[in-house]
Amino acid sequence: MARFILPFVIFMIVAAFLFVGLGLNPRELPSPLIDKPAPEFTLPQLYAPDKQLSLQDMKGKVWLLNVWASWCTACEQEHPLFMDLSRRNIVPIYGMDYKDKPEDGKAWLRRHGNPYTLIVSDAEGRVGIDYGVYGVPETFLIDKQGIIRYKHIGVVKKSDLDEKILPMVKELQAK
Amino acid sequence: MKYLLIPLMCLLPFFANAGEATDMAADPILEKRMIVLAEKLRCLVCQNESLASSHSGLAEDLRREVREQMQKGMNDQEIIDYLVSRYGDFVLFDPPVKKTTWVLWYGPFALLLIGLGVLVYQLRKRKNLIAEAELSAEETQRAAELLNETAELPNQPNGHGGGHVRSLSPTSPPEGESGDVSLRDVRVKEPRA
Repeated sequence: MARFILPFVIFMIVAAFLFVGLGLNPRELPSPLIDKPAPEFTLPQLYAPDKQLSLQDMKGKVWLLNVWASWCTACEQEHPLFMDLSRRNIVPIYGMDYKDKPEDGKAWLRRHGNPYTLIVSDAEGRVGIDYGVYGVPETFLIDKQGIIRYKHIGVVKKSDLDEKILPMVKELQAK
Repeated sequence: MKYLLIPLMCLLPFFANAGEATDMAADPILEKRMIVLAEKLRCLVCQNESLASSHSGLAEDLRREVREQMQKGMNDQEIIDYLVSRYGDFVLFDPPVKKTTWVLWYGPFALLLIGLGVLVYQLRKRKNLIAEAELSAEETQRAAELLNETAELPNQPNGHGGGHVRSLSPTSPPEGESGDVSLRDVRVKEPRA
């Protein structure tokens, strides 16, 4: 009997590892930036290229930084959610138009609506590298002290927003 | 017409020269150093390609970043630290040895040790089995007599003591006609075997 049980147990262990391992999304990498100060940046505003926005301007606010682009088709999926969120006035959403021509970004916003308090343009993607961006869309939650508290890679779903992001926003705003 | 196409198609491979993704810096020595470093780094969006060989937009940006940092005079380790602080250990093809990667680095050796342990245990067990089966001088003699008996009278049924023949060597069945015959007879007459 034991000679059947042992191979079966080994098989079950291997199967369990495979079940978990194959279910993981290889694109979701843990970000080393969580709970670290957000990298400094100074970028021109999309609608006013002669004016700039830097991290210093954001001190004292809890805010969302959404990295998007007009060439990013997945961004269209999460966009209605941000439109809705901006109407509810819970947390300001700042956009970063990543590796995009400003005119393309503006055209995209005319078509899909603009949920952003302000948009900066990272045309060359340099600030993106500082923020460890590798898959657009990405969304960062940054607290009053300028510390990154949460990073979401890929499309934000309603459940992500309601169960993770918004409760964290409330908590951070209360601090 | 068809025959003309064949030599033309043979020429096709000449147009398909692939190589490392190129976006060269002016300085070839720096470019070489950048490529050497980029080969140790993983492209983040293409799963298992190095930063040096990837054509993705992000890889191009990262190569540009590495190149610029080299121009600023940063050494390789500083650049690696910078990228790891942004993208995590995933950018390294050689993951560093630390608590979360112990299983990765030491797991295979642990499995090897377990395997050796099981092997030694099994071999010991087998050795004990063989030792148990050793016969006393008297038994050996009796067994030999029985074997001779059956060899002389192959058709005569062999009723008693045939079972001992089996214990002569438990790891390999008795060889030769005589052994076979006596065993078969034992099975017929004494079903306990």
